[in-house]
Amino acid sequence: MFAGLKVGRFVTNLPTFKPANLQLIMRELTYVEALKEALRQKMQADERVFLFGEDIGVYGGAFGVTAGLQQEFGEERVRDTPISEAEIAGLCVGAAVTGMRPVGEIQFMDFVTLSMEQLVLQGAKMRFMFGGKATVPFVLRMPMGSGTGAAAQHSQSLENWFVHVPGLKVVTPSSPYDAKGLLIAAIDDLNPVIFCEHKLLYKMKGPVPEEMYSVPLSQSHVVRAGKDLTIVTYSGMVQRALEAASILAQEGIEVEIVDPRTLNPLDEKPIVESVKKTGKALVVHEAVQTGGFGGELVARIASSEAFDYLEAPIRRLAGLDIPMPYNRNLERASVPQVENIVDEARKLVRGKY
Amino acid sequence: MAKTKQDTHTLGALKPRADELLMKMMLIRTFEEKAEELYINGKTHGTMHLSIGQEATAVGASAALKEGDYLLNTHRGHGHCLAWFGADVNAMMAEFLGREAGYCRGRGGSMHIANVDTNNLGANGIVGGGIPISTGVGYSIKMRKTDQVCLTVFGDGASNEGAFHESLNMASIWKLPVIYLCENNQYAMSMSIKKSAAVERIATRASSYSMPGVTVDGNDVLAMYEAVCEAATRARKGEGPTLIEALTYRHKGHSRSDKQAYRTRDEVSEWQQRDPIRRWGAKMNLSDAQLDQLKEQAVKQIDASIAFAEASPEPSLDSVMEGVYA
Repeated sequence: MFAGLKVGRFVTNLPTFKPANLQLIMRELTYVEALKEALRQKMQADERVFLFGEDIGVYGGAFGVTAGLQQEFGEERVRDTPISEAEIAGLCVGAAVTGMRPVGEIQFMDFVTLSMEQLVLQGAKMRFMFGGKATVPFVLRMPMGSGTGAAAQHSQSLENWFVHVPGLKVVTPSSPYDAKGLLIAAIDDLNPVIFCEHKLLYKMKGPVPEEMYSVPLSQSHVVRAGKDLTIVTYSGMVQRALEAASILAQEGIEVEIVDPRTLNPLDEKPIVESVKKTGKALVVHEAVQTGGFGGELVARIASSEAFDYLEAPIRRLAGLDIPMPYNRNLERASVPQVENIVDEARKLVRGKY
Repeated sequence: MAKTKQDTHTLGALKPRADELLMKMMLIRTFEEKAEELYINGKTHGTMHLSIGQEATAVGASAALKEGDYLLNTHRGHGHCLAWFGADVNAMMAEFLGREAGYCRGRGGSMHIANVDTNNLGANGIVGGGIPISTGVGYSIKMRKTDQVCLTVFGDGASNEGAFHESLNMASIWKLPVIYLCENNQYAMSMSIKKSAAVERIATRASSYSMPGVTVDGNDVLAMYEAVCEAATRARKGEGPTLIEALTYRHKGHSRSDKQAYRTRDEVSEWQQRDPIRRWGAKMNLSDAQLDQLKEQAVKQIDASIAFAEASPEPSLDSVMEGVYA
């Protein structure tokens, strides 16, 4: 389902490299390999960077992102921790505020509920509470999302919990290229960054430069250009939106897809500009609808100058307001699928909402 | 596993510093008294948690450490802040009164006073909130291979938090240079530690983490000093963390709203007999008149800090968004 994107699409969108050079340095990497390469390159370049989390050493992490890194960098810099999510977040905060660049891993995003005090009450607020005098640069990586039959406690998309906390940055890469570039930018950033990886993207292949490059945080990205409808979406749903767009293209509907990539602080302008152009907006995410990031996106669009250009209501397509069911068919029905996006897009474009 | 240190009845190794430490305790006590007065007179915005009666734990602990070590502190943390290296009482008072000249530019207030420049990583509004951070600081020290230690202070109530378990376990398996100082002032707000802990001595919990656990008389500066010295030496040698339980008592309520229905007047006056300042003064053979004279000096210094704070501007409204992100 998540076939690799064509190189050409990325060539035109790359922020730092000239297309002429890309032929030489691009390889196809999986999302997992791209993340690992980012970690390895940052660890080689900066001895303050170190990794820790549950089973990230010999085991290589539950999804293999850190496989081989402990052998390469040793136990102190790639540290297996006890099952102690509160303290994993505490390691982030304490090491960051004393000059290190910690990168923690939470095995499943669901487990970050056990880390919330350290993230929300300590890490996020420390700089502000101390009058802007502390710096807390850490990254906490975590896999989000459903589709693996892992049921209600291993399938959530909780990104908006963190969006609601000033002081945290929330990043949601949707391709191998962005995964590497955003992770490097997140490690370089001077703030706490919640780095949300999507489980279904881990095996996705795509072009990734060998060089160490960064994709700036808070820079929304037009993934696909189109004139009839704007779809704003992120993480795993970008791939589904792209598939939906190819189907719609056969019907003559040209969809523009904007991926915010960083949910907070949000780069609103490309979203607003796109809606001004198309006059229609559909917001898509996997997280449950009520209280989800889609509400924020809709509000931003509705209260922007794009309002005067709207030709239809802004619609959102999101996960059902239920815990994730185990059964394959129920699980599939719980989150937006390609056909749902196609249907919604069609209705909006044809005025039949 | 856990051992208890009794009152030493001497000034011991602190003899050359006895005056300085007494004055620090006086200053803390006076700061707290004036803070309460300011609150009663409507000069402060929020509540505060007074450490009157607990001055020796703060002064004894910091006396045992070196400049460059780290401190993580509790909501009842004015004392530790004032006892810490390079403490500036003016910046403390200005923060307490929410002024731009305060340590945190008036953004933190009583519960979040910090001075990152001197590695004072702040008081904490969350019971036990500093404990996991200190373990991270310990890991950072170990990686940077310095001889720093991290002192993390928390109350008896915090030792019942889950984070306590995670943090002490992790610090011990990696032998991190952290000193876990539990100020057991007998009550977590209204809940007696006798009712809330399954063990009689919090220090015995150290045995679960294979680290030394020691109970000390927290109202005796020397006992505190010696316990923290021993823990710091162990930490600097790479031998790992220590849990210290300091037995002490807050003379005042939990916060201003506390009617203190959970404890008796007899109990309070019994602990007042063990007042750390009077005891230290007695060891120094000081007369009441001499103590009064020192008190006068402390009052002058605190009054000056209030004048400084009140003369310094409130933060400007257009700076409200500053400091959320770096």
